Amino acid sequence: MNPAEQSANAAAARDIRTRWLLSAPALVIVFVAAIGPLFVMLAYSFMEKGDFGDVKPWTFSLEGWFNVFLSQDIFDGTIGIADAHASIFWRSVSLSLMTTAITLLLGFPTAWFIATRPRATRDIWVFLVTIPFWTNLLIRTFAMQEVIRNEGILNNSLMALGLISTPIQILYTDTAILLGMAYVYLPLMVLPLYAAMDRIDFRLIEAGYDLYAGRWQVLRRIIFPLVKPGVIAGSILVFIPSLGAYVTPRVLGGGKNMMLGNLIELQFGAGRDWPLGAALSITLMLIVMVALLFYVRNATRSGVRGHG
Amino acid sequence: MAELSRRAPPSPFDVRRLPGFAFVAMFTFFALYLPIVVLVFYAFNAGESVAVWEGFSLRWFKSAWSNEVVQEAALRSFLIATLAAAIATVAATLAALATTRTPPYRGLTFKYAFINQPLMVPEIVTAVALLIVFSRIKVWTGYSGLGYLVLAHAAFCIPFAYLPIRARLEAMDLTLEKAAADLYATPWQAFRRVTLPLLRPGIIAGFMLAFVISLDDVVITEFVKSGGQDTLPTYMLGQLRRIVTPEINAIATVFLAISVVIVTAFFLITRRRE
Repeated sequence: MNPAEQSANAAAARDIRTRWLLSAPALVIVFVAAIGPLFVMLAYSFMEKGDFGDVKPWTFSLEGWFNVFLSQDIFDGTIGIADAHASIFWRSVSLSLMTTAITLLLGFPTAWFIATRPRATRDIWVFLVTIPFWTNLLIRTFAMQEVIRNEGILNNSLMALGLISTPIQILYTDTAILLGMAYVYLPLMVLPLYAAMDRIDFRLIEAGYDLYAGRWQVLRRIIFPLVKPGVIAGSILVFIPSLGAYVTPRVLGGGKNMMLGNLIELQFGAGRDWPLGAALSITLMLIVMVALLFYVRNATRSGVRGHG
Repeated sequence: MAELSRRAPPSPFDVRRLPGFAFVAMFTFFALYLPIVVLVFYAFNAGESVAVWEGFSLRWFKSAWSNEVVQEAALRSFLIATLAAAIATVAATLAALATTRTPPYRGLTFKYAFINQPLMVPEIVTAVALLIVFSRIKVWTGYSGLGYLVLAHAAFCIPFAYLPIRARLEAMDLTLEKAAADLYATPWQAFRRVTLPLLRPGIIAGFMLAFVISLDDVVITEFVKSGGQDTLPTYMLGQLRRIVTPEINAIATVFLAISVVIVTAFFLITRRRE
């Protein structure tokens, strides 16, 4: 190795060291207040629960994890599936899937509408979607609560139209949670869909017609492959926060209709079962990780195809 | 000409105008804004109800303004958001400088994943994990001030601040810095006089995003706060359990107005850039 190369290597090494030093503050903050605590929580899920919340430090117990899925009958000691937990898991997953479906059904035409506007007005439409996206989720949930309550504008309009004679109880039901989540997460579906559609070159579609493709073929062979990454991104972006939703089910579900987030909170509050709460949190995180992995795999695959 | 048109495609069908799509889009925009409009509308109600209109009045704005609990919560929200966004922006700027405009090096992907981690984990999970750790530390140290909230907020604000700063840096090439170095500027002078001024719109945008994200946070704050540390959102969450008066609408309206102003400014800053 000649001296010039050596000094170049030394400079490169110094550059990388500086780069680690510069990123240190961000890495430390994220480690201390986001990643590190997850490991502590993992440890807590394997400890015995304390008498008044918390855990008994340095004890080992699988009870927390046992209680996630199974329950022991207090009278005869038989072990069965934890029905209450199973129904909450099921409610979380099914409501999240339905939220994703509703936002996709509304979001797809909306994003398409925006993407096909002239350049000048397109930004205004995007801005109109962005505003609700950045306004406080709690405020939007609260706004939804006012619309669907018994004396709210929805029931009042339906009664004024003569469609119903007494208000429908929507608030504090699963439907309320579904409406609320679809409402608050709708922008998360529209924006990535729009980003994908915005890149479509409409001349491709004209070319397709010129080559005697039918409508269906154009849709299936040209539009769908181009829009697919946006559909996947939007679905993931809606599904993941829906699954971990806490504020919306708490405000609109009224305590009885719990989702996973509320079940977790319960363990750290009145339930006083921190190991179970920790185990439930990790379960939720694992489900989200699986969804994300699915997304990353799809994104890289379609990315490769897109550039190839 | 006639020949040509006969050979034209069988279905001259414009995909840009799919039937029904405009209708659904209009419904979506209507549905997005109706609840917000209703909420703001009843903030100006003279009566005690959020459902029966009794005339225009500013009484609920006045009562919210003079409510000491609301005042304290609002100040606390702003203090936390300012500190957390400032910390997050500085850390994110340094991290962005360290992860852009470089050939890939060992640990680069790790840094991306690490910095964006708060976006990948559901908020409720981070919230209870922080509750576990901070409640221990509170017992050990006896300190239970706002520091925990500022630190927690700074952590989840970092990816939001990082995004626009990194985007801005990636759009800048190194020629100007190299030119500065050729003119005998020290690395610090080049950074101070060349990089930083060019980076400023990205930094401002990053700070604003982080500020809004911190201001809006409910879940992590709800679990990390000690007694008497309500922010505006957690105060509102607590109030929703009771009978709601238009005072909450008034608070929400002011909150909305602030968010809209910041987001609009953000939009204008990032747009001027392009």
